[in-house]
Amino acid sequence: MSSSAVADLLLSVDGVTIDYSGFKALDNFSMTLQRGETRVVIGPNGAGKSTLCDTIIGRVRPSSGRVLFRGEDISGLPEQAIVGRGICRKFQAPGVLPTLSVRNNLALAARKDRRWWKSMGLGIPAAERATIDEVLETIGLAERAGDEAGALSHGEKQWLEIGMVVATGAELLLLDEPTAGMGPAETSRTAQLILGLGASRTVLVIDHDMSFVEQLQASVTVMHQGKFLKQGSIAEIRADAEVAAVYLGHAA
Amino acid sequence: MSDPTLLQRVSKALPWLLLVLAIVAPFALSAYDLNLLARFMAMAILALGIVLIWGHGGILSLGQGVFFGIGGYAIAMHMKMADLPEGELPDFMLWSGQESLPFWWAPFASPTFAIAAILFVPVLVGSLFAWAVFHRRVGGTYFALITQALALAFATLIISRQDVTGGFNGLTDFYGIFGVGLSSPGVPAALYWLTLALLVASYCGVRLLLASRFGMLLRAARDGENRIRFLGYNPTPFKVVAFAIAAMLAGIAGALFTLHAGVVSPALIGVVPSIEMVVWVAIGGRYSLAGAIVGALLVNIARDAVSSAFPELWLYLMGLLFILVVTLLPNGLAGLVASKRA
Repeated sequence: MSSSAVADLLLSVDGVTIDYSGFKALDNFSMTLQRGETRVVIGPNGAGKSTLCDTIIGRVRPSSGRVLFRGEDISGLPEQAIVGRGICRKFQAPGVLPTLSVRNNLALAARKDRRWWKSMGLGIPAAERATIDEVLETIGLAERAGDEAGALSHGEKQWLEIGMVVATGAELLLLDEPTAGMGPAETSRTAQLILGLGASRTVLVIDHDMSFVEQLQASVTVMHQGKFLKQGSIAEIRADAEVAAVYLGHAA
Repeated sequence: MSDPTLLQRVSKALPWLLLVLAIVAPFALSAYDLNLLARFMAMAILALGIVLIWGHGGILSLGQGVFFGIGGYAIAMHMKMADLPEGELPDFMLWSGQESLPFWWAPFASPTFAIAAILFVPVLVGSLFAWAVFHRRVGGTYFALITQALALAFATLIISRQDVTGGFNGLTDFYGIFGVGLSSPGVPAALYWLTLALLVASYCGVRLLLASRFGMLLRAARDGENRIRFLGYNPTPFKVVAFAIAAMLAGIAGALFTLHAGVVSPALIGVVPSIEMVVWVAIGGRYSLAGAIVGALLVNIARDAVSSAFPELWLYLMGLLFILVVTLLPNGLAGLVASKRA
């Protein structure tokens, strides 16, 4: 491994096992992410993709192995400390806050100081307002900024939540099935949105939809039964006999 | 935009009209009615706290009577001590054969200590309790049940230690507060205005809090605790602070109520009264501060009217009212007004 590759290493999941009383959701799983990379993780249902996200953000604790972010072991930190290091996750089901306006959803995410006594004030500070306006443009919801998030369509909620994750300023974004429940047009708009985030963000996407994965033009990691199976470009993965067997074997 | 209709103008002017009426009430009402109104206004202060925690924080407390009781007992102990000649014991202690003043009674002789206790003991108890529960991520129905157990334990403790608490009969027979006789001319009206002023101040304070980023985060924690946790917030302190503020409002309410009622007893602070407090707010509208005030006043006025004629009937009637409101008007009376306006 060259020295520049080490310097650009952002995340490394190192031999992680998540053991649910005998069932191994992750089984000695390892992967690494470089700064600025977009990576897609695919795998059949139950392959451990969401558990991988849960582990990185501290929702579940590995029974063995480590998660290193910028070289620091974060696998024992509380959730809000991990977010504070610069990792933010979009959940599978849209997790927007329904009774808050679209703008206020983003305002909560963009807030830099998240301690409670700093919340005793009215309105949104100017610096954060600029971030919010920028994100509103990116996700295409500027016109709906004043509406309650609960009134958005399913696709718009997904975009809003992606926007919230972006607005936190996190360097590593985990997007768990961002196109779940979307039609083809919405799916390709989501792909454009993620591509538009640029090289300043490292993005880990979990998805089933192969047309979406192709639009992202990212390298792909395949998981199976909690283990690492394959990694490569989409073309390589498509041509791989072992990957096909896993998917077809599952479908049969 | 069209000109505001007459109805809109009336509904805008109504709160101010009611405030003016409330200010001049001492000149129009009999001493008895004024005293009742003052008690109910004290209870409305507590109801504002329930809107904060239940409506906006999603925290259902069936134990607000505990904090109401702490405020009530703190001022009652002060009044018992203040009337006392040096070295003597309060009457009920003599009757139950207590020989010396318990050490924790003595500081209540000081008015400053009593006021500090009314304000800060509920905050301290409320925040320690809420932190212990929310820190362990216990919420929802479990939290409601724990608060109810707290109310039961508190009332039972007071009843069981008759020699130092006055037991089931509570504390009563007060003569004066801060050097003025409670029934001297002008004092009932002054205490009424004090209650009204504290109610208005509490209303403005909670309203400001709900409009702030704190209020926004409280609602966010109610609707998506996990979402805000994974945006980097720790939701626990927001809920603890809201609960502590509601406890403080309940303590203030209890102290004012005790001043007006001339008594504080376990029957006013236990499980059933604590549930009644939630019912006022359910009926008035749990998201609305104005609704909670109206709910607390109306339910207590109705209670007074019904229970003086048919004492056994009241609990059934309140239960029925509660069921009707919850099924037909989930946002309470406030929801009725809001939907008419829309």
